[in-house]
Amino acid sequence: MATQSNNHIDVVPKVLLQQLIDVLSAKGYRTVGPVVRDGAVLWDTIRQIADLPIGWRDEQAPGRYRIEQTDSTRIFGVVHGPQSVKPLAFAPREPLLMIERSQGRISIQPTMPKSEKVAVLGVRACDLAGLAIQDHIFLKDAYRDPYYRTRRDGLFLIAVNCTRALATCFCASMDTGPRAGANFDLALTELDEEMLVEAGSEAGREVVRALTCAPASTTQTSEAERQIEACADSQTRQLDRSRLPQALYDAHEHPRWDDVAARCLACGNCTMVCPTCFCHSVEVAPDLTQTGSEQSRLWDSCFTQEHGYIHGKNIRPTIKDRYRMWLTHKLASWIDQFGTSGCVGCGRCITWCPVGIDLTEELPALLKSSTQIKEESIQS
Amino acid sequence: MSETKRDSQLVTPIRPTLAVFKFASCDGCQLSILNLEDDLLALGQALDIAYFPEASSEMREGPYDIALVEGSITTPEDAHRILSVRKQATWLMTIGACATAGGIQALRNWGDVEAFKRTVYPSPQYIQSLSTSTPISEHIHVDFELWGCPINKAQLLRVITDLLAGVQPRLPTHSVCIECKRRGNVCVMVAKGIPCLGPVTRTGCGAICPSMGRDCYGCFGPAEGLHEGPGLPPNTASLAKEFHQGLRLIPVEVLRRFRGINGSVRPFREESQAWEQNDRDR
Repeated sequence: MATQSNNHIDVVPKVLLQQLIDVLSAKGYRTVGPVVRDGAVLWDTIRQIADLPIGWRDEQAPGRYRIEQTDSTRIFGVVHGPQSVKPLAFAPREPLLMIERSQGRISIQPTMPKSEKVAVLGVRACDLAGLAIQDHIFLKDAYRDPYYRTRRDGLFLIAVNCTRALATCFCASMDTGPRAGANFDLALTELDEEMLVEAGSEAGREVVRALTCAPASTTQTSEAERQIEACADSQTRQLDRSRLPQALYDAHEHPRWDDVAARCLACGNCTMVCPTCFCHSVEVAPDLTQTGSEQSRLWDSCFTQEHGYIHGKNIRPTIKDRYRMWLTHKLASWIDQFGTSGCVGCGRCITWCPVGIDLTEELPALLKSSTQIKEESIQS
Repeated sequence: MSETKRDSQLVTPIRPTLAVFKFASCDGCQLSILNLEDDLLALGQALDIAYFPEASSEMREGPYDIALVEGSITTPEDAHRILSVRKQATWLMTIGACATAGGIQALRNWGDVEAFKRTVYPSPQYIQSLSTSTPISEHIHVDFELWGCPINKAQLLRVITDLLAGVQPRLPTHSVCIECKRRGNVCVMVAKGIPCLGPVTRTGCGAICPSMGRDCYGCFGPAEGLHEGPGLPPNTASLAKEFHQGLRLIPVEVLRRFRGINGSVRPFREESQAWEQNDRDR
């Protein structure tokens, strides 16, 4: 877990939090926050604090998400919905190019997204960690994606440190939460009456300067600290990474893959909700008159038939091949490829799997040796 | 279509002829062609619509370059007629669940058609009907199949565009879930406990039903593989088990989920039959 930062921490009475949205608006930001819709929370434009799910709470379990209104006054009582911040930078459908043919000439026009300043209010630590991974994929090294860059540059990230863990959370064991690490402009911690505010960037400090706030007292900061610690301690799921990546490579022929393949629908939901999954395909849409063609990037998934197709052959024909590929990449080869785990412990793949496949249950089962499995079956 | 307009805007030098045939169906897929609205003029320019009784009383004789077939085979006469359609067409595509999978009328495959006839008609002896409703591909070679009840008009347009450009048509075969997530829909199964067929159903509709907060009922047929060719049948067994154990559907309800518009396509058919057996065993 990220340790307590040395940044200066201010306090704003919750009743004055509207100021934050107003200040951001004056600076040209559209504020986006979690809004209750269709039985969950989704990102949407908010104009006032009352647009946020005040008093609502989410309960999550494998294959199950429920949200309910309580008499609590907590503004950020809902931990998260199906969306991480991923769609705000890596758009599910991104038009890339428009190709036009006119009088025998072909012209190619990139279709860049409109650059827009968007303040995202209520980003969780796991999602910041996920975004850092996406930044690495889309913006580091030789190939920098201008579409992602345009959207990402406009984001002002307001994190909320978690003080309640879901049954599906395991960020503490992934060192990604429940406290927002780096990569934020502001980080809030919600107490009963006040909101602690910590700036993590120059842009964040500028916003804080425009707010009516005071330095937080030691009582307040240690209360916030206590609640964040308690949140970490309350997490019931965990993922033991000590033997990764090698142990998962060694488990390539493990019988457990067959068991999980019998349950897996290959529907791709886990990859869609994952904050780090970055696979995409390019769709070419020519018009009937053959004078124009639009190319768009779409979210794709390694669970589809098309994804495993290379020249003349599908290299991942079965569900077993696909689940094994996904989990091995996420938890093992990602480390070799990018230097971090591909999992940030948000638990979305557990919740939004229609049949509730739980990677924190699959990994330990996959790492059991055949002798261990035999011994356990004898004992039972 | 006036000659002058056609000549001035003609892009392809040869206008392939198009014919649209109807078998046992509701005409909804043919209407999807007419619903192309914005693209209908361009379509009329790119193709020579030679035979389309639903749209025009001018019906020219074949052969045709492209034939679209709507509907399933349910009568001895149609079983014969489809052979002549095949002979007249260079390239033939089925449009919609009836032609591609047998349609909702394939529910008769589990029933007693003679009994239905006696119940409905005062003189059943005049009714010539087969005991089954079968997809076109069980009778003739089909070059491409469009799924859906009705078909998605953008998919239809895409296939025709590809054909005109000389490209092998190809449509995605993945689950509806991927489209749902791209659209930012909340999963109705996970968030509301509604038994949704999206995870095992082929994409193409634009996730219309889940976008309206209701469950997918599989009108685009099974995702990915069917009975032949690449791909694997969707894991209907796991989803059915979740409907039963997780969402508490009784076996006959699980059976009915899979026995719908595309109920006679193998993955869905076998799943419903397994639950029929399960129901009998109770």
